[in-house]
Amino acid sequence: MAARCGGWPRLCWLLALAALAGLGAEAKNSEDVRCKCICPPYKDHSGQIYNKNVSQKDCDCLHVVEPMPVPGPDVEAYCLRCECKYEERSSVTIKVTIIIYLSILGLLLLYMVYLTLVEPILKRRLFGHSQLIQSDEDIGDHQPFANAHDVLARSRSRANVLNKVEYAQQRWKLQVQEQRKSVFDRHVVLS
Amino acid sequence: MESEQLFHRGYYRNSYNSITSASSDEELLDGAGVIMDFQTSEDDNLLDGDASIGTHYTMTNGGSINSSTHLLDLLDEPIPGVGTYDDFHTIDWVREKCKDRERHRRINSKKKESAWEMTKSLYDAWSGWLVVTLTGLASGALAGLIDIAADWMTDLKEGICLSALWFNHEQCCWGSNETTFEERDKCPQWKTWAELIIGQAEGPGSYIMNYIMYIFWALSFAFLAVSLVKVFAPYACGSGIPEIKTILSGFIIRGYLGKWTLMIKTITLVLAVASGLSLGKEGPLVHVACCCGNIFSYLFPKYSTNEAKKREVLSAASAAGVSVAFGAPIGGVLFSLEEVSYYFPLKTLWRSFFAALVAAFVLRSINPFGNSRLVLFYVEYHTPWYLFELLPFILLGVFGGLWGAFFIRANIAWCRRRKSTKFGKYPVLEVIIVAAITAVIAFPNPYTRLNTSELIKELFTDCGPLESSSLCDYRNDMNASKIVDDIPDRPAGTGVYSAIWQLCLALIFKIIMTVFTFGIKVPSGLFIPSMAIGAIAGRIVGIAVEQLAYYHHDWFIFKEWCEVGADCITPGLYAMVGAAACLGGVTRMTVSLVVIVFELTGGLEYIVPLMAAVMTSKWVGDAFGREGIYEAHIRLNGYPFLDAKEEFTHTTLAADVMRPRRSDPPLAVLTQDNMTVEDIENLINETSYNGFPVIMSKESQRLVGFALRRDLTIAIESARKKQEGIVGSSRVCFAQHTPSLPAESPRPLKLRSILDMSPFTVTDHTPMEIVVDIFRKLGLRQCLVTHNGIVLGIITKKNILEHLEQLKQHVEPLAPPWHYNKKRYPPSYGPDGKPRPRLNNVQLKPIAEEREEMEEEVHLLNSTTL
Repeated sequence: MAARCGGWPRLCWLLALAALAGLGAEAKNSEDVRCKCICPPYKDHSGQIYNKNVSQKDCDCLHVVEPMPVPGPDVEAYCLRCECKYEERSSVTIKVTIIIYLSILGLLLLYMVYLTLVEPILKRRLFGHSQLIQSDEDIGDHQPFANAHDVLARSRSRANVLNKVEYAQQRWKLQVQEQRKSVFDRHVVLS
Repeated sequence: MESEQLFHRGYYRNSYNSITSASSDEELLDGAGVIMDFQTSEDDNLLDGDASIGTHYTMTNGGSINSSTHLLDLLDEPIPGVGTYDDFHTIDWVREKCKDRERHRRINSKKKESAWEMTKSLYDAWSGWLVVTLTGLASGALAGLIDIAADWMTDLKEGICLSALWFNHEQCCWGSNETTFEERDKCPQWKTWAELIIGQAEGPGSYIMNYIMYIFWALSFAFLAVSLVKVFAPYACGSGIPEIKTILSGFIIRGYLGKWTLMIKTITLVLAVASGLSLGKEGPLVHVACCCGNIFSYLFPKYSTNEAKKREVLSAASAAGVSVAFGAPIGGVLFSLEEVSYYFPLKTLWRSFFAALVAAFVLRSINPFGNSRLVLFYVEYHTPWYLFELLPFILLGVFGGLWGAFFIRANIAWCRRRKSTKFGKYPVLEVIIVAAITAVIAFPNPYTRLNTSELIKELFTDCGPLESSSLCDYRNDMNASKIVDDIPDRPAGTGVYSAIWQLCLALIFKIIMTVFTFGIKVPSGLFIPSMAIGAIAGRIVGIAVEQLAYYHHDWFIFKEWCEVGADCITPGLYAMVGAAACLGGVTRMTVSLVVIVFELTGGLEYIVPLMAAVMTSKWVGDAFGREGIYEAHIRLNGYPFLDAKEEFTHTTLAADVMRPRRSDPPLAVLTQDNMTVEDIENLINETSYNGFPVIMSKESQRLVGFALRRDLTIAIESARKKQEGIVGSSRVCFAQHTPSLPAESPRPLKLRSILDMSPFTVTDHTPMEIVVDIFRKLGLRQCLVTHNGIVLGIITKKNILEHLEQLKQHVEPLAPPWHYNKKRYPPSYGPDGKPRPRLNNVQLKPIAEEREEMEEEVHLLNSTTL
């Protein structure tokens, strides 16, 4: 299916995220509640938005709208038109989510750059020119993992943990290559 | 019919284990084999067979499962890999269900033995609920992640929150007191790019700077998305629903629901949505949820080893996906039932319900939008609607149906072009171009510059006194003394007229761009753009009707309800109805769609308008072509999907559909006891069929069972490795008792355990209607055709699909089938370059040949003229 390297950390942070959802709801930052009152234009007063950090039971026009723009007798009429909404959010959840997202995106980008740019150069150094010409011929060097087949064949002969990881990685690369062929070249699926 | 057949299969599988325990019934069966020859009348044999079946069954029930006393039969243990499927193959639902029942029986019978076994059986019983719980949790969490990240990245195109980089625009100004009634989203913490780069907030310079930055971000997001998809997981592109539908109907696409696909789809979905392309996240969320379901099902042997059971989890997962995508748990369950699922027993219904519940709960507790709702465009109205409004609603339905038909035609034509011409070779370039065009055109128009979800929200929202957008710029000549929530119809102000112009342009833009966007190689859903188109059209119609009612309130239809100063038309409601109609036109969903929209809005009283619009749009759409966009894509890609909704009305017979055809070469069957390992290997190498019927002998040609190619290969390979004395010249024996062999011959290889002894058979005169029904309802993979007990041919799912296609062909040309480009099996040439001899093929009379699903049939089909 996919290389093991990506799998478990992902599951872990999935669960962490679920846990965080509960946690974020509890550890409520004091900035994370607001009572927002929108008051439409009234007589010669223009519309106004009031925003205050109060508890839910105090979330009404009389507590939030300060200073009251209209004189005493009009307060009731003015307040009837205002709509007050109590809202809460969890800034911790947002922060953590964005950080998690950006770090995964960053890692993926680094890995992508490594696979597409750095690895071919390394290979060029390691295996010299003859191979390079070969791989240029068949699929082209710009295709990442172009010579996964070779490496797969080579790594099968040796066997220790590192090679197993490499083997799994190569297997994954082969699968992706196969997928890429069926989606982009042959247009068998997902066109 | 179903239960009987299933039952027989189940018993046979059970009996594999007990097969070697010598008993009277085996002699009976054997006897049948011995007397079996041409002279025996068919009826006698049938009777014999029946008798043996009966006794066998009681045997198995009598608990002989563990009584295998035969020493040498290594095949009593299941060979790893037997019963699995290759990539791009169809599963056999019947076989999988039997396997599960057998497993269930085994666990049940062991349950009483020890506390450990008891725990294991409890774990097994609960694993279904556990796996849907985990799936729900994961899809809820992922949906939260996608929502938050996509909102943030969308706003990144405009500017950034300097005080807290991780906040989007709205969250940035959350606690700010500087927002005003007119400009609600302005606050000093939020800096646009122009402010940051050139230090100006207003003026043409800042506009151009913002424009450039908008295009820059849109392009870079789109480029990142498509390159990530291309490098790591090509399967992550598209909406995924057509493929999931196919997978749920029993197709195998390896890696389609894997970890990398999940990760890349999640990550790139955010990028794609943020890049401002005309796409939504709802369809891909279903795919994401299904990936979660698939990954979690690997934790439970009950689901990881059984493809049919896994599909039950996937059905539940797709419900969870829609549940979080729209915040509509019930709608999700119905969506799974109506649109994606193929096999949906009640148990799955409850599990889907539960998964949808868990997912919605998790998403709600993450609260991604800060509005305590699951979706951004949740609205709540309670204004009534009037009977005469049904007319515009139905008109909106007609528009939705027309849009659906147009979209399906245009999009399929475009996708076919991408599939068949060179233009499909440049996916990255295509995405970049589409993104560039979208960004360049979208920025000047405020309604297209908005995130599509926000646009829908704005269109859905009714113009209360609290709104200040230009859509709500009505001339207010009443003196304001009334209570808020009863605003009468008012004449439109200049703001409304300019908004309508912008909306019209936005509508055209969306219609064109969506056609070209759906199908590019980034995760792209269809729901949101369709809804946006419908909402725009609906809002325009709504405003038009409102103005009509205001200026002509003396018309007889308006007279009764729309007096001066009465509030009778709600344009937001029209937007909602239009959205439902367009979505219905594209997907051809009905019940689930109405429930989804109803759950979005929470207004029970709008069910009738929604139903009227959705039904009309389905009728209008169906008039132009019966299939929805997902079926159309399935057909375009040529997936083997047997639609349960279509009716088969032709009068062909099984004999007309079965393979081989008269002109085809003689074919491959196995005999039950006089082939050698080498013969079988040769047969496998030189043919590409996926299965071989097993017959009694060359002379009698009576059916014994059916052996799958993959199982044969695996079994022979493992026997060669593990069992001693298996060489090329070993006899392969599918019968119960090995025939007497010369003393010096090598040990025979027993393969009875991989033989399916209860293959489905129909006679050659069975009408195709019945055969198609059997295939649909039981989910068969293949079915043998017999005549007087003699094997004549085979019908596979693919043959049926091709037959249906053939009957339909004069209407529309056939898409190149998916197996055109499939991995080929080894060539049918020997190592010396000569064609391998087909020694062991039984030469039946010309009509009685065997063929299995494979490429050749395509050529045959193409050359057939109708």
